[in-house]
Amino acid sequence: MPTKPSKVLIIGSGPIIIGQAAEFDYAGTQACKAMREEGVTSVLVNSNPATIMTDEDVADVVYIEPLTVDMLSRIIERERPDGLLPTLGGQTGLNLAVELADAGVLDRYKVRLLGTPLQTIRNAEDRELFKQLLLKIGEPVPPSQTVTSLNQAKQVARDIGLPLIIRPAFTLGGTGGGIAHDMDELMEKVEVGLRASPISQVLLEESVIGWKEIEYEVMRDAANTCITVCNMENFDPMGVHTGDSIVVAPSQTLNDDEYQMLRTASLNIIRALGIEGGCNVQLALDPKSSKYYVIEVNPRVSRSSALASKATGYPIARVAAKIAVGKRLDEIPNAVTGKTMASFEPALDYIVVKIPRWPFDKFATGDRIIGTQMKATGEVMAIDRTFEAALQKAVRSLEFGKRSLLWEDPGWERGSDINTYPLMPPNDLRLWAIMAALRRGITTREIADHTKIDMWFLDKLQNIIDMEKTLLAEPITRDLLWRAKRLGFSDEQVGTLADRLPEQVRGQRREWNIRPVYKMVDTCAAEFDASTPYFYSTYEQENEAEALRENKAVVIGSGPIRIGQGIEFDYCSVHSAWALQDAGYKSIMVNSNPETVSTDFDTSNRLYFEALDEESLRDILENESTAHTGESTDNAPPSIVQFGGQTAVNLANPLANAGMPIIGSSADAIDLAEDRKRFELFLDELSIPQPPGAGITSLDEGLRIAEIIGYPVMVRPSFVLGGRAMEIVHNNTDLKRYIGLAMELDASHPVLIDKYLQGKEVEVDAIGDGETVLIPGIMEHIERAGVHSGDSMAVYPGVNLTREEIDTIIDYTIRIGLGLKINGLMNIQFVIMPGSEEKKSSVFVLEVNPRASRTVPFISKVTGVPMIKVATRVMLGSSLKSQGYSSGLWPVSNLIAIKAPVFSMSKLTGVDTHLGPEMKSTGEVMGIDYTFEAALAKAIVAAGLSLPPESGVLFSIADRDKAEALPVIKKLAGAGTKIYATEGTALMIEAAGVPVTMTSKKLDEGHPNIIDLINDGTISGVVNTLTGGNVPFRDGFYIRRAAVEKRIPCFTSLDTIRTAVATITGGSLTYTVQPLPDYRNKEPS
Amino acid sequence: MPKQAILALKDGSIYEGYSFGTETDTCGEVVFNTSMAGYQEILTDPSYAGQIVLPTYPLIGNYGTNKQDIESRRIQVRGFIVREKCDMPSHYLDDRTIHEYLAGSGIPGIYGIDTRSITRRLRSAGVMMGIITTSKTPHEALEELKKQPDYGSIDFVRQVSTEKAYKWEEAGSSGYHVVALDCGLKYNILRLLCQHGCHVTVVPCSTSAEEIINLTPDGILLSPGPGDPDLLDYLAETAKGLVGKKPIMGICLGNQILHKAFGGKHFKLKFGHRGGNHPVRELATGAVHITAQNHGYAADPATLSDELEITHINLNDGTVEGLRHKELPIFSIQYHSEASPGPLDNVYLFKNFINNIQKFKEG
Repeated sequence: MPTKPSKVLIIGSGPIIIGQAAEFDYAGTQACKAMREEGVTSVLVNSNPATIMTDEDVADVVYIEPLTVDMLSRIIERERPDGLLPTLGGQTGLNLAVELADAGVLDRYKVRLLGTPLQTIRNAEDRELFKQLLLKIGEPVPPSQTVTSLNQAKQVARDIGLPLIIRPAFTLGGTGGGIAHDMDELMEKVEVGLRASPISQVLLEESVIGWKEIEYEVMRDAANTCITVCNMENFDPMGVHTGDSIVVAPSQTLNDDEYQMLRTASLNIIRALGIEGGCNVQLALDPKSSKYYVIEVNPRVSRSSALASKATGYPIARVAAKIAVGKRLDEIPNAVTGKTMASFEPALDYIVVKIPRWPFDKFATGDRIIGTQMKATGEVMAIDRTFEAALQKAVRSLEFGKRSLLWEDPGWERGSDINTYPLMPPNDLRLWAIMAALRRGITTREIADHTKIDMWFLDKLQNIIDMEKTLLAEPITRDLLWRAKRLGFSDEQVGTLADRLPEQVRGQRREWNIRPVYKMVDTCAAEFDASTPYFYSTYEQENEAEALRENKAVVIGSGPIRIGQGIEFDYCSVHSAWALQDAGYKSIMVNSNPETVSTDFDTSNRLYFEALDEESLRDILENESTAHTGESTDNAPPSIVQFGGQTAVNLANPLANAGMPIIGSSADAIDLAEDRKRFELFLDELSIPQPPGAGITSLDEGLRIAEIIGYPVMVRPSFVLGGRAMEIVHNNTDLKRYIGLAMELDASHPVLIDKYLQGKEVEVDAIGDGETVLIPGIMEHIERAGVHSGDSMAVYPGVNLTREEIDTIIDYTIRIGLGLKINGLMNIQFVIMPGSEEKKSSVFVLEVNPRASRTVPFISKVTGVPMIKVATRVMLGSSLKSQGYSSGLWPVSNLIAIKAPVFSMSKLTGVDTHLGPEMKSTGEVMGIDYTFEAALAKAIVAAGLSLPPESGVLFSIADRDKAEALPVIKKLAGAGTKIYATEGTALMIEAAGVPVTMTSKKLDEGHPNIIDLINDGTISGVVNTLTGGNVPFRDGFYIRRAAVEKRIPCFTSLDTIRTAVATITGGSLTYTVQPLPDYRNKEPS
Repeated sequence: MPKQAILALKDGSIYEGYSFGTETDTCGEVVFNTSMAGYQEILTDPSYAGQIVLPTYPLIGNYGTNKQDIESRRIQVRGFIVREKCDMPSHYLDDRTIHEYLAGSGIPGIYGIDTRSITRRLRSAGVMMGIITTSKTPHEALEELKKQPDYGSIDFVRQVSTEKAYKWEEAGSSGYHVVALDCGLKYNILRLLCQHGCHVTVVPCSTSAEEIINLTPDGILLSPGPGDPDLLDYLAETAKGLVGKKPIMGICLGNQILHKAFGGKHFKLKFGHRGGNHPVRELATGAVHITAQNHGYAADPATLSDELEITHINLNDGTVEGLRHKELPIFSIQYHSEASPGPLDNVYLFKNFINNIQKFKEG
């Protein structure tokens, strides 16, 4: 057996994108902990600052640098690790390991690849090699053929027959994949697939659409001991990416023969691949014959393994990391029982349901059909003792307003014919559509024939429908309410059906003593005594979660990852739990997201894996109340609502109204910041300016206000999340359209109209305790106001701010913090309108969020101020002064850090990519260095926005932006870039004396047009500013989509391209490579 | 409305649920099994004779029942305790629901109760006698339990063993002749022996060593079976008479019979090993095997004969999981190499048995 390495490099997965999300922060964090336990030094590299794994007390050495071969080579040269662990950073980690090996870096520095052999990474990713390997060990694969051209694809279609599945090699989350039913579709999809594959190779294989999709998570150690952690069955049969499928664990419809047959196949595969660690095997099972095929293998930890870890309590990533440094499964204790070893297979005594969280609430024009291309940004998980209850809890966890399974889209035809329901092709609303169809008498059999969803699942849905009907028809008795709760009906649903208020249902439950009990996730189905503090609610007899006796507080998590509420809030929740423990409190975490560090059972003292809604929280708080008498809110522990994003903040009022204590800023302070009218009065009293505007509840009122303040105006609903449905409106027509839509969105909240000030945007994060307001950092946005702050590049510290502007920002922040009696964190966004010689620039407040913002991890890391810890201590009563902080701005060091957004647009067909007030990014990266140029270059590279030198860049610029674009174009042309432009833009460029190639913008007037040039690689970057309005599907839209699908940078803000250009024309730029804390603590050398 | 039923345990605890299967009362030792699939195999496993079985997995009956997932000619459990029974199963092989299956054999069940709570009780207090009843009050049920003989006082092997010898052959099973001593045999042992080319004669548990040798076997299999091995002197006698004559493989109770044949004693485990996830270490190689298990007694290593050695131990509690004769081609395992239900990782042991037979024949 090889010796244990002493220093291991761990590659993170980079920014959060669709197909590679928070699960890899969870995996990387577990790996770092495992290294520490094994006495191995961990060196972690990731470009994503919003991660726990990049905390300086999680890994031993932390680099936040772009994930490129060049950068990793320099880190390896500097750190000299003797091992590289590539299996915890998703596909990014594996791909980089292969590139480092190919570049000879691993050999040169004698770095051993741990966990998965290099050949295995190649075998599992190269479709043809993989197929040969499986056939050699006698495991069946669907007949298939690898192709690299359209002609080859045609031949395969003749040999195997259609429909065919298209799977590009080496892509994330199935990018560029699809199903083709006819030859035209095949040609179209193979072309896309070849482009998506970095080696221009796709696999075409026999379609097993409609078969059961089953996954196994298996582990193997160097002694060849193999175990299965968990198997999972997809509600959605083959044809839907597993990341986009509703999934249950364990499998429900497999008998033991089938279960063991597929288990054995999975173990055969992990043995044949020689993996030392974890592996995910996806299989298709014929529902009519027990015949199966192996579909895919991921030789690394994955999203599914994170789900399996949370579903079973078995920490796959941690065990995989230990195996990689030489431990055997039977030497690793099972942390759950403390008595048994990791060499066993978890037994579940509950059912787990996962539902993906799709971003279509944000992207109205997005193509909602789901298939082999993953589109979900996140997922929720729920645990219960019946499928019905687990499913309904998972639906509640999705946090789509109050959309339970009772919800139906008013646009559905909803007739007696099955075709009036959007069941096929699969889409994000299919679950609700099935319910609607069942509700109107379509049979489970008809639906099964139509969708191939297993009857077992459909019969369970029918049980839910039957209970709905009973609740509608019969008087509520104790027995009926008990049965409804056991099927997962919320008080809200029962109330809707039985014509009561949710609070009345709750009162009835209290009277009849119908309360959830909490059962433990213990890996062993209660066979052994376990001490895991990991619980789920269910309606049963015995409660296993006695209220903790010690001082304690509840941290409310942020739920599923979605656009606008990402991993940053999990970072905050985790740090708050840790800070509570540091302060001598027991921390209780509540969250519904299986991908995260916060739902690791050893992050907090107790974990409730539950939906984040009023009912769940109140039940949990009552369970944690030490006096179970009377109103039972006596002695409920305090809740912390400011770290879980808008999800947690939205619970402040309901919990406060229910008499539950909240620590940190009060529910009233939150309301004051979010209520337009109250907030306006508040700022007036402080004489702090904000853009003129008002909250309106009718169209007439809106038009009147717009007239007073003048166009353009910014419009948005109140209580926003990630700028949902926010728009810049230039005229009455657009305003009418917007108000029509917005009022439909939510009639109970007003629409906010503000004067749109196109100035420089600045934001601050601050911590207040009522006396002192600490400002750890000020960030200046590269894109001017109007681009959502989450989609803007942000520079710390502000580089173009005057002393006076900074002082004003500090003054406003302190006064707002004191005025709102902020207790804990807040984030303020400002816009600065430029001044002139006679007039000073002016600072306006755009918005105040009385909670942690998405920049908290970024600012914590670059300033070294442990913001969440400080804020949590403030909430527990330690003043900022007593913690050694005073009012004002934390001193800046020599570093410059730039946060850049990262998008997942190539996965979301039909979505327009232009930047605007609606947030669209899914993740972020950080570039850090001692100069602005170097930090910027790193951010640009890490965000995938580099323009290769001497390439072609296309400009299509709106008239009002033309003059401003010219200097950028000149600079690019001067650097050797070939300039292409559409008609009007080309004329302007030509007039300025810059050589330009004019291309036709009109896509329907012959070839080659712009899209052809993008597709054939002539153009490697696009700059396109919006002509105005928000009308989808104009030519500009298709140009932007073509760029995104070709994976070339597409700039829709001149501010961004100006910045990007600065990096390519800087000549030979020198940049620093060093651990994160060195930037803060050391002078540049 | 389904009929209410109660489960009463010897320690006085009462659980309320609903009746399924047959509406009769039943008594037995209540045990739990942590397998997540394979309920039909469990129901028909003769080693559960005299017991009421509780699967810890809450959803039972999802894929119905069929004619092939059987391990003996009938349901062997006394009763069945589940959180939820599935009335709408889904599987291409399904022909009866779990309710119909139990009712068809006159076996009662109870559903809708907190099976995890019962498991926790059995785990901490140990397995104990229980009663499922639809007719008795809790008090009457507990009184009835007092009248019941203790599980450990009954020889269940005689109740489950075949009355007459029979042959089991499948296509291609023309090779070695194995005699299986039926103490509560599972069909999958026979299926696997045939798959390995053997043909099998199954004989009743009362068959003597001499009668077995007269059948001219190439190898002898001591089968699994129910109950306290220390009651089974006659089987130990039989085994003693077979030692040295032919290669022997023992499974589960077969392991204990072998131990007993060499003078070993057994002790009752607090809550047994029942499930498909038990890790076992093979001492010779250090390899860890995931095994299917179903036993309530364990061999006491302190009473192990010098002629035998321990080959396997359980990683959870260190108990004996396998024995071998130091010189003769005799080995046994406490777990179920035939799986059914459970992982197929240990089927290779049949191959080892066949190899022993081959070597023995070659002399």
